[in-house]
Amino acid sequence: MAVDKETVRKVARLARIAEPEERLEPLAKEISGILGWIEKLNEVDVDGVEAMASTVDVSLPMREDELQDGYTGGGQPDKVVANAPKSEENFFVVPKVVE
Amino acid sequence: MTHPTELTLAELRDALKAKDVSSGEATDAYLTRIEAAGELNAFITVTADKARAMAKASDNKLAKGEGGDLEGVPLGIKDLFCTEGVLTTAGSHILDGFKPEYESTVTTNLWNDGAVMLGKLNMDEFAMGSSNETSFYGPVINPWRRTDNDAPLAPGGSSGGSSTSVAARLCAGATATDTGGSIRQPASLTGTVGVKPTYGRVSRWGVVAFASSLDQAGPITRDVRDAAIMLRSMAGHDPKDSTCINRPVPDYEAALGQSIKGLRVGVPKEYRLDGMPEEIETLWAQGIEWMKDAGCEIVDISLPLTKYALPVYYIVAPAEASSNLARYDGVKYGHRTKDYFDILSMYENTRAEGFGDEVKRRVLIGTYVLSAGYYDAYYLRAQKVRKKIFDEFTDAFEKCDLMLTPSAPSAAFGLGEKFEDPISMYLNDIFTVTANLAGLPGASVPAGLDKQGLPLGLQLLAKPFDEETMFKGMHALEQAADFNAKPDEWWG
Repeated sequence: MAVDKETVRKVARLARIAEPEERLEPLAKEISGILGWIEKLNEVDVDGVEAMASTVDVSLPMREDELQDGYTGGGQPDKVVANAPKSEENFFVVPKVVE
Repeated sequence: MTHPTELTLAELRDALKAKDVSSGEATDAYLTRIEAAGELNAFITVTADKARAMAKASDNKLAKGEGGDLEGVPLGIKDLFCTEGVLTTAGSHILDGFKPEYESTVTTNLWNDGAVMLGKLNMDEFAMGSSNETSFYGPVINPWRRTDNDAPLAPGGSSGGSSTSVAARLCAGATATDTGGSIRQPASLTGTVGVKPTYGRVSRWGVVAFASSLDQAGPITRDVRDAAIMLRSMAGHDPKDSTCINRPVPDYEAALGQSIKGLRVGVPKEYRLDGMPEEIETLWAQGIEWMKDAGCEIVDISLPLTKYALPVYYIVAPAEASSNLARYDGVKYGHRTKDYFDILSMYENTRAEGFGDEVKRRVLIGTYVLSAGYYDAYYLRAQKVRKKIFDEFTDAFEKCDLMLTPSAPSAAFGLGEKFEDPISMYLNDIFTVTANLAGLPGASVPAGLDKQGLPLGLQLLAKPFDEETMFKGMHALEQAADFNAKPDEWWG
């Protein structure tokens, strides 16, 4: 299926990527080209076939819900925010989101 | 004695244990070569001080007759693996300045076995690419050139820094990752050995995620023995990755040299492509003869769904990527735009500035195929065709123990040659992507040179978790091919 400029605008908004007006048309062309190639899949009969999300045939392993040691443990807020572009008192700082 | 950088990983390991060379000497020798090879652009970060400190610690252990299987061996690490306190970029501008507070399981395993880190290797941005041209840090240059001209060639991708650094002797071995062919295709284009293990064999914890149901880490090395040694160290159960399987890791090195007499080698007829260079066809036929000579039974097999593998991949991988890459928001780590007036414009401008064109393209496709109204037509259908491809492989492996195919549809190509046309770039993975969709182990072994003097690889595929049989086959192929060509050292 061919996508148009307006669809690209909508999808870019959903993906939270600012695309300048002049990029929308070329992107629509590129994405349509790729989707056209992908559409070959419509030839395959998939009636009654289950959708495969993973090749690993095991159920998700469970563990006790308790605090772990090390990297995945608690009590390390300074490490959690260490790479933040902006932080204060171990909080991430973002523009105001609530009026 | 031989210069330490001329030794294979196995030879260096043995020389270190025998104290013929120290890790400090080997590490310095590699750092000197890396410095002289700046033109190849294989490294994003060289960790010289860390390497020397790790080498010193290894030499102390070796002096006491202690140390792990890789004690003192200097390695390059693809910049997709998180390394504690060391810049980790995934080849992207959006991870500017990111120094993880933790270490990936794979690199932890390697350091526990005594390996030394030389630095972080260049790669396609978020592992999306087949030529290393999508890296924010610029393309990596293949050490191989055509005999008749000096045009710079791509080293394959996404693990282009890994393939180039191994081929140019800038490290004893390298880690890499493979989502659609990113270990095997660059190995094929650089005359190196690349192994993508079974999905679930190696932990993905601490590896920057691209497409989580397809990503798997493995080694790129100079020869098959080196790959066996590295994979043994990298593999193993990890409770931190719920898809990492709890089963013992065999001694892959012990499988080398074992007879492959009586093994059934499948040759899938659908891998014979129109317009494929004749030399690849010829090399493949030669590979079949080699396996026959080693006592294998050759079985013709058919995988009619092969032509749908790449289209499935280009729905599943972008869908998973669009979800995985949602985390890059300018809040937690990496780049944040200076140009914003509210939270939405901060997200949108951060991501617009931080991602390159190919990453944006794939995130947009992924978002589109997952969006309301299109999910069933694209994503769900792709997952169903994936199941049929998986079943087709399961059935085919009833008739054979290994499959033999070419690794890539061409030898190394020039920078820029395929960059403008996404689909021609995507076709690079035509022989490799099926193993990712079906979760199978696959490997590329260098098997010959084309008329222009460029290396070509052959691929072996095996049953899930049967890397041992794959290594046996790889070793037999390596012995028969007797590939020992090296690129001329034009750089430095």
